[in-house]
Amino acid sequence: MTAATGESVLQGQGVLGRPLDSREDPRLLRGEAKYVADIDLPGTAHMAILGSPVAHARILSIDTKAAEQLPGVLKVATAADFTDVMPLPCIWIPGGVESHFPPHPYGLPGARPVLTGDAVRHVGDPIAAVVAETPRQAAAALAAIEVEYEPLPVVTRADEALREGAPQLHEAVPGNLNAYWTCGDKDRTDAAIAEAEVTVELDLVNQRTINSPIEPRGAVGDYDPATGEYTLYATTQGPHNHRFLLSALVLGIPFNKLRVVAPTVGGSFGTKGYLYPDMPLVLLLSKALGRPVKWVDTRTGLMNSTVQGRDHRQHVTLAGTRDGRITAVRATSHANLGAYPSTIGPGVATALMGRSISGMYDIDAAFCEVYAAFTNTVPLGAQRGSGRAEAAFLMERLVDRYASEIGMDPAAVRRKNLVPKEKFPYDNGLGWTYDSGDYQLNFDRAIELSGYADMPARKTEARARGKRLGVGIASYVAICGVGPSTRMSKEGMLGGTWESANIRVHPTGEVTVTVGSASTGQSHGTVFAQVAADELGIDPDTVQVYEGDTLKAPYGQGTYGSRSYSMAAPAIALTARKIKGKLVKAGAVFLGIPEEKVVYAGGKVYEEGNEENAKTFAELAMAMWYGWGLPPEIEPALDETTHFDPPDFNYPFGTHVAVVEIDELTGDTEVVAYTAVDDAGNIGNPKVALGQIEGSIVHGLGQALMEHAEYDENGLLLSSDLGHYALPRAFDAPFFALDKTTTPSPHNPLGAKGAGEIATVPPAAAVVNAVVDALSDLGVIHIDMPVTPEKVWRRLRGEAQ
Amino acid sequence: MDLTLNVNGRPREFTAEPNELLVERLRDGLGLTGTKVGCDTGQCGSCVVRLDGRSAKSCLVLTVAAAGREVTTIEGVATPGGELTGLQEALRQEHGTQCGFCTPGMVMALGELVENTADGDAPTEPEIREWLTGNLCRCTGYHSVVRGVQRACAAARAEAPGTDAVGDAMADAVTAASGQEG
Ligand code: FES
Ligand code: FES
Repeated sequence: MTAATGESVLQGQGVLGRPLDSREDPRLLRGEAKYVADIDLPGTAHMAILGSPVAHARILSIDTKAAEQLPGVLKVATAADFTDVMPLPCIWIPGGVESHFPPHPYGLPGARPVLTGDAVRHVGDPIAAVVAETPRQAAAALAAIEVEYEPLPVVTRADEALREGAPQLHEAVPGNLNAYWTCGDKDRTDAAIAEAEVTVELDLVNQRTINSPIEPRGAVGDYDPATGEYTLYATTQGPHNHRFLLSALVLGIPFNKLRVVAPTVGGSFGTKGYLYPDMPLVLLLSKALGRPVKWVDTRTGLMNSTVQGRDHRQHVTLAGTRDGRITAVRATSHANLGAYPSTIGPGVATALMGRSISGMYDIDAAFCEVYAAFTNTVPLGAQRGSGRAEAAFLMERLVDRYASEIGMDPAAVRRKNLVPKEKFPYDNGLGWTYDSGDYQLNFDRAIELSGYADMPARKTEARARGKRLGVGIASYVAICGVGPSTRMSKEGMLGGTWESANIRVHPTGEVTVTVGSASTGQSHGTVFAQVAADELGIDPDTVQVYEGDTLKAPYGQGTYGSRSYSMAAPAIALTARKIKGKLVKAGAVFLGIPEEKVVYAGGKVYEEGNEENAKTFAELAMAMWYGWGLPPEIEPALDETTHFDPPDFNYPFGTHVAVVEIDELTGDTEVVAYTAVDDAGNIGNPKVALGQIEGSIVHGLGQALMEHAEYDENGLLLSSDLGHYALPRAFDAPFFALDKTTTPSPHNPLGAKGAGEIATVPPAAAVVNAVVDALSDLGVIHIDMPVTPEKVWRRLRGEAQ
Repeated sequence: MDLTLNVNGRPREFTAEPNELLVERLRDGLGLTGTKVGCDTGQCGSCVVRLDGRSAKSCLVLTVAAAGREVTTIEGVATPGGELTGLQEALRQEHGTQCGFCTPGMVMALGELVENTADGDAPTEPEIREWLTGNLCRCTGYHSVVRGVQRACAAARAEAPGTDAVGDAMADAVTAASGQEG
């Protein structure tokens, strides 16, 4: 059935939805794919960046003379070299609220300059760039740059940054407050909480984490003086977006003189969609030196410069009746934006989190407020499941707390409050309107598949082995398919968020699909070919997909928020329908029959009731290329483009159940079983989606159990390499029990919903719920992530959090 | 200093700095960019090559220490654009690679495990996971990689003469593979 068996039986309809082998895999398995670090243009010089060793200081002087004398050094650049370059813009400014960033890209207060000249605001803040003949020479020269600092006080927590007398990061942003943002109905929520039979509260820390794609970031700049054109090869998940931001907003060069190429990208999970100083630097320095300039980050560099995730401190309240009906939820969050507003960080910390807090539940009153503050840490950005994971965590912890308060089973409480099927589209009162769903079906399947009913017996059995077994449930709704441009403008997004696709049918019948998206490991080349082949009724092996290069592809915003399959794929399907429409018209001419009698099916057009009178796709392609005999209203050739801007987002959802065993002696927590039932609408390639679901769950387990970007009181990142920042390894997860439900989204022609990151949303909540369940008889009502053995061990011995 | 390295069956002569790392020589000096660098600390396993047949992290080996030894990189495993090895084919069938950055290191590390099992016992799932301890992957969650190894070991044992329970091993691998479809 699959291509792996060597059969080519995938002609025609029904190619979509099949688990075809990824056509990208062989070259990855052979080590043949070219990542940024593998690009070696003739004459390349190498760049290294001097990052600040201290978290907060005024810069008194920078002396580069000694560095300039070192062997191989071609140039040492500082802020003084780039006075006419704009700061890196922030393009997601929480909408409709008081914000300290006017909706104009230039001169944003607090926006990060390409190199900092006046002060440093986090460890790793870029101060100077060296270009030399070799990477080693460039790195060695960094040590010879002398910078004189006047230390300033440091603050690394959002809540502390907002206190009276806290250290100030930006003169133009008094009090460090970037935005105070709210959603929902405050009065109604306060009233519901005041009148409630039961209320529960929690103080939660959603710790800062580092996304950690295994490929660090890199960039190669290549300026051609003959044409005045710039090319940037970069680890980017949005080459078109980066082209727009860099040309129009930072460098001030014509849009059409910058080409951005994403070669193979080694994972991103949100972080490679951001604009970083290295990108303009390699372009500017390539122009200055007349040579390609290449920069490849180290792991420690990545940890001190690439956007980090999560980082909320929250006070949350839930109200309900004694019999388990939730009546209100309220959250106050302090979000840590880091030292500068990253490209879209402020939006992640506000809308993506706040509008999601009520999850799968039908709640009458909900309210969320976020104080987004600057601190002396690496700028905040998206991280797989961003915002939605933080929201699910708070809600799902609250539901368990509530269940325990009223003495009801946590599954029963959830079941009672799910948004009923008949209520879709469902306005969640926080700004999102859920498109479609059958939450009961999904929830029941997860509970059944997990063997929830057997848990009491399993607990007893585990106790006999010196283990405490705990079970935790977490449900979620994840907003995906960003998105509807008008809707995003109301959220404060500067720029369109639609997606585009072009299909070109060649005279030989082979097909090229180009999309604005850019894979960071999601097998787009396979799945997008399936979409086009399915619509056109042709063999997917004849379809080639190009993306990640602004010269080849039409515009598009790229890969983020699990949007490629629900944004780019529909654009492809709609384009294929345009091609089909044209072929039906042309088919009437070629077959000599009226258009109403033309049928397009199985990769050919034929006369209704007379399949003998037919033309194949390849014959039509050639005829359209020749263009002979076409009436004036039919243009020759087959080359169509669609810009797809959906009416609204889509809302995948799901329910996960974690079972943990805690060792009484060591406090070690092991996830012994994990069940996930997710609903991502119609799925294009189940094999590809399965891989993303599995990877996502392990990513979420990482936050629950081990990941933590820890800063000391001086703002030094303690976990700045993989020896000090734990990532899940192969033995950290059991195989998962997975299933799916399918409710198509009405907002795109494929019925697709986001899939890539959705399964990262609930695991942290599920695991912490399970751990608290295992420890509940000790009076434990909450435990902060990461749930390390030491923390659990202390709780087992009766110590407070 | 002047030295010779046998890389993928071919002697390569050059002058190396005393503090040069093997991974730098392979990637920058010899243009063998299939070997990847993911960290500075020997933690991620993206740079694994085979040194005299045993897997080794090439970011932790000085070039001079590899002098005269047999180095195999991912480029020496399958011909360019050519047929995949049994392990690579099994990983492909299980979609054990997503962004692919960790993949060459995984293939190099796992090759040794699969070879060891051809005439011994098939590794258990915990053994495979234990073997993978030195390789980080952020995309796959490792499950598809583990399934790929199970499949590859089953296939290797099916081909090796005189092994028992080949059918069972194959059946196990296939069950593990198909039972998980989301
Ligand atoms: S690069 Fe060698 S272990 Fe990470
Ligand atoms: S496939 Fe991306 S890190 Fe393993």
